[in-house]
Amino acid sequence: MKALTLAATTMIAATAAAADTPELVVYTYDSFVSDWGPGPQIEKAFEETCGCDLKFVGNGDGAALLARLKLEGERSDADLVLGLDTGLIAAAKETGLFADTKISADYALPIEWTDATFAPYDWGYFAFVHNKDMTAPANFKALGESDAKIVIQDPRSSTPGLGLLMWVKDAYGDEAPAVWEALADNVVTVTKGWSEAYGLFLEGEADMVLSYTTSPAYHIIAEEDETKAAAVFDEGHYMQIEVVGRLAGSDQPELAEKFMQFMVSDAAQSILPTTNWMYPAVMPSGGLPAAFEALVKPENARLIDADKAPAIRDEALAEWLGALSQ
Amino acid sequence: MAGRSLTISPRMGVSAAALVVALILGALIAVMSRAEVGGGFVASDWAALRFTVWQAFLSALFSVLLAIPVARALARRRFFGRGALVTLLGAPFILPVIVAVLGLLTVFGRSGWLNIVLEAVGLPTVSIYGLHGVVLAHVFFNLPLATRLILQGWQAVPAERFRLVAQIRMTPWAVFRAVEWPMLRQIVPGAAALVFVICLTSFAVALTLGGGPRATTLELAIFQAFRFDFDLGRAALLSLVQLVVAGGAAIAALWLIPAVSTGGGQDRPHMRWDGKGLWQRGLDALIILLAAIFLLLPLCALVLRGVIGIGQMPASVWSAAAASLSVAVISVVTMLVLALPMAGWVASKRAGGVEAIGLLGISASPLMIGTGWFIVINPVMNPADLALPVTALVNALMALPFCLRILVPRIRETVQDYGRLSQSLRIEGWPLWRWVILPRCTPQLGFATGLTAALSAGDLGVIALFANEQRTTLPLQMYRLMGAYRMEAAAGAALLLLIMALGLFWVCDALGRRYATA
Repeated sequence: MKALTLAATTMIAATAAAADTPELVVYTYDSFVSDWGPGPQIEKAFEETCGCDLKFVGNGDGAALLARLKLEGERSDADLVLGLDTGLIAAAKETGLFADTKISADYALPIEWTDATFAPYDWGYFAFVHNKDMTAPANFKALGESDAKIVIQDPRSSTPGLGLLMWVKDAYGDEAPAVWEALADNVVTVTKGWSEAYGLFLEGEADMVLSYTTSPAYHIIAEEDETKAAAVFDEGHYMQIEVVGRLAGSDQPELAEKFMQFMVSDAAQSILPTTNWMYPAVMPSGGLPAAFEALVKPENARLIDADKAPAIRDEALAEWLGALSQ
Repeated sequence: MAGRSLTISPRMGVSAAALVVALILGALIAVMSRAEVGGGFVASDWAALRFTVWQAFLSALFSVLLAIPVARALARRRFFGRGALVTLLGAPFILPVIVAVLGLLTVFGRSGWLNIVLEAVGLPTVSIYGLHGVVLAHVFFNLPLATRLILQGWQAVPAERFRLVAQIRMTPWAVFRAVEWPMLRQIVPGAAALVFVICLTSFAVALTLGGGPRATTLELAIFQAFRFDFDLGRAALLSLVQLVVAGGAAIAALWLIPAVSTGGGQDRPHMRWDGKGLWQRGLDALIILLAAIFLLLPLCALVLRGVIGIGQMPASVWSAAAASLSVAVISVVTMLVLALPMAGWVASKRAGGVEAIGLLGISASPLMIGTGWFIVINPVMNPADLALPVTALVNALMALPFCLRILVPRIRETVQDYGRLSQSLRIEGWPLWRWVILPRCTPQLGFATGLTAALSAGDLGVIALFANEQRTTLPLQMYRLMGAYRMEAAAGAALLLLIMALGLFWVCDALGRRYATA
């Protein structure tokens, strides 16, 4: 009986303490919250300063995040959404659920950042990753003519797959269907998401896989494996810029704004390269890890404006389906 | 007829069936209620429908055709390790798709074992990608299920029949025609319909091995409508088409099933006097060997890979395993509450059009059910708080048709054999279940529970929609490891999942057999 009373008192005390600490809920994609992702370290670093309880909720990938937000509407518990990319910004704004932000930073992005609602926290170039023992083609046309086998992601179910679609469309415009027709016999298969595709590549099912220029850094740093490289294409590389935004319905608007500021601060930015394996949006004071400096750097960064993305996306998807269905 | 329908009250069965229909149609209506943009059925959807039906047809055809000789060989032979083999053969069916696909690729892939051998002997290599790859994977998944279902049919034939046919010295062919064929006619259409319906909702298999957008299935179109376009009207329409096609197939197949009674026996363990010739023993051994190689090599590949990775697994994998285990337990309980009254109801009727209701569970897109219930729950409470119960419920729905297929024939037999006696003794309601029906179907119950537990432990469907980090299940954790480039640790988690699914299945199945009143 005494134990029970003690337990009850402790619980009441714990509940009271929890009620004093504001809770900040951040919706993000799955890999962000995993033990090896940035989530745990970011949470620890932010909680040291905020006097709050930061809670990450993992949910599929960027597209899934947006779908969940649309489902929940204004009832959402989320204060912030972290992990949408520029391709999804227009659709996200259309929901009317997001609030503008005042934060700014000295971004190290290849483009100028002007969006008033979202803040970028990391970015990367899409690229085909291959084993160093092969000579990689120098562009999509050369790839189409070669007999190199590639595995890509379905644009209907994954953000990298969609990125590739936009990449080809941006580089070739009306010529894109022809490029895809030439690529058709190089495509071993199309997968649901990045994990499956990368898995197939590591199994030896393909010579190249659509991933990021930063992927080899993981192999070098975490596995001391220097056999992987990313192919540089002379058309330039499409970028994925990952952003964080706060919801208008948040009951912690100031804390949410503080979190966005934290995400572009040195503390968070220095965590991202070796956990999310992307480039930081703001150069950390300690610079990048050596393996990142050794990565290939595309000269030409491609990105379709966020507001034009939805229309181009639909057109490119129809062309892609047409070219690969034959 | 009258005697049979009187013994089991249909009330509970009707309630359970109504609940299943309500859960699925409720989700559909919820999705429709939120639909704003109404998209029609476009040309690419027809192409998706054609591909979906065609690959499911081929998969069902090959799975069942191949399962018949395997089940026959297993039914006729007693050998050391047979029980373990039968359990192991069930493994592919309960594995998460991507785990099984990676196993298949290690054997049949571009640089897989088969191609290494082919290259070494100077033969052209084979590609697993395309329609044949999709069918191969589906046969890999469903051959064990079909084999188990048909094997159950063989075991339901009273042992006395085989004694009789042996006494009158019937040839194996005559035995097949007189005893085995009538049983097959009863079991096979249902098994084929089941495999067909399972393959209709194929998503990750068709996507990964299909080779490109040619291999688009309805399920992918549904996924796209939900996640890519967020066009709930289109998602609802596509879900409805899938329900109609799969449900229609199920009803059609169930109508074809003739009501054949296997007659009363005394449940003695099987002794077979037929098929003792050298030629037949050799053939059976060859068939079992080939099936074992086909099904076990990819599993061996997973084990080999997983053993290396198991040391690299983080502790969070274990808590994810615990979450998966609790999902499995809740699913089993939910399944029993739904399946037993339904099976009793179906079994009391002549032939089961109502069994098709059970098939709704797998014809419905899990994403549709999940999203629909998300819409229903969201205004009342945080859906994440219900992540585990909803996952368990949907898993129970998914397992329901399998469990009905397993339980119904045995209960039907029991009702036919003991219905009149029970009625004259006025045993009905719970005592009828307690004293007559349940003791006679413990092996079937064990099998059904094992299957449900294993399937739920490996499920990656609904949890992904509802989850948050406190409620990570093992398959989800495996995906997160892959997403973080931790392929070796992911392989370790996959092995753990394989062990867990098989372990759950084995424990339930073994308990069912142990307490069988043989």
